[in-house]
Amino acid sequence: MSDAAAVQHGLPGAYEAPLFGAYSKKVGMWLFLASDSLTFGALLFAFSYNRIYTVPWPTPFHAESIANATIMTACLLSSSLTMVLGVFAVQRGDRAWTRNWLLATMAFGTAFIVLHGMEWSKLIGEGLTIPGFMTALGVSQPTTTGELADISKNVPQFSQAFFGLTAMHMLHVTIGVIYLGIMAFRKWFLPVLAVIWIAGAFLIPAGNVFHWPVHALGVALLVSAVILFLKPKVYDAQDIEICGLYWHFVDLVWMFIFPLVYLMSTKVS
Amino acid sequence: MEVKFPTFFRKERERRMGQPNLREREMHDTATHDDSKGQYFWVWGALLVLTAIEVVLGYKQIFTPVRMLEVLMILSVIKSALIIGYFMHLKFETALMRWLLVISVTACFIIMYFFFFPDAGRINTLGVH
Repeated sequence: MSDAAAVQHGLPGAYEAPLFGAYSKKVGMWLFLASDSLTFGALLFAFSYNRIYTVPWPTPFHAESIANATIMTACLLSSSLTMVLGVFAVQRGDRAWTRNWLLATMAFGTAFIVLHGMEWSKLIGEGLTIPGFMTALGVSQPTTTGELADISKNVPQFSQAFFGLTAMHMLHVTIGVIYLGIMAFRKWFLPVLAVIWIAGAFLIPAGNVFHWPVHALGVALLVSAVILFLKPKVYDAQDIEICGLYWHFVDLVWMFIFPLVYLMSTKVS
Repeated sequence: MEVKFPTFFRKERERRMGQPNLREREMHDTATHDDSKGQYFWVWGALLVLTAIEVVLGYKQIFTPVRMLEVLMILSVIKSALIIGYFMHLKFETALMRWLLVISVTACFIIMYFFFFPDAGRINTLGVH
């Protein structure tokens, strides 16, 4: 057989055996996740480094914050289960239930983002900020006294590490929800994303920490539109499965952030 | 166009091309290895229980901070193993993929550990002036 014939599609046996026993998109996603785990690993190590050399380390998280973070954890864990069920649905060719399970996953992910946003706003309102950075972002700080304001002044590495790590994770969750939306609704998700972006831009007040970051949704809208324009397709079981890999990874990272950031800084009254 | 490969690669390619139904195998290589949904509910339940144990430990604070960190990290590693193994289906991938991913990422974390923590400990011991 000539080499030219060997690469023609449609010929039986013309494809090489996959090196890892998996299709190429899955191997690509695994490699991306391996590299992304190093990003989060570095951030978690940096957080722990700060913690070790800072004595005493602040413990600002009261029962209310821990309860909130626990609900957020339950949301992410439940979203992983609905994602698995979505993968099963697409494998048996059930498009309706695939969409339903992806929608449920998006709902849990959105709940996580909203709860996290409320937690951030509460902490900032009580004085926990990154000196300089929040001012540049136009974030209003209602109080400059109190426990959290003192932490921002005296132990700025705490707020820097906390906001840096959780912001990176929140960005990943947001990208994950958009990714799921594209998988579930394809081009029909773009108007929904546009509405959320415009509503967020008008409704989030100027002093809020999310007033400017909400425009990341506009960037996501542009990127998603370009991708869907260049390669419009009905997503198959492989696409949904690798989307699931990304989503489970986001869940996985939180399993380390939750104990390291919240539970190790619990204030027991 | 005729493309010439070195002998070794040509033989390897021919060997692989000789395997039947490769395309079919590749297309069906989604997570169909175990269709039992029940085990995923058990894993989900186990993850919630382990999270509850972590929260109780956080509140009770029966351990010293260092011991507490060790216990929480052990629980987190168990939780991550459940997520990677079952939800991400790595348990059902080939041994080559499984070990390559786990060993390479773990090796990077070990290197990071030796870079970060001795220095943090040194600063802590000397004191920050």
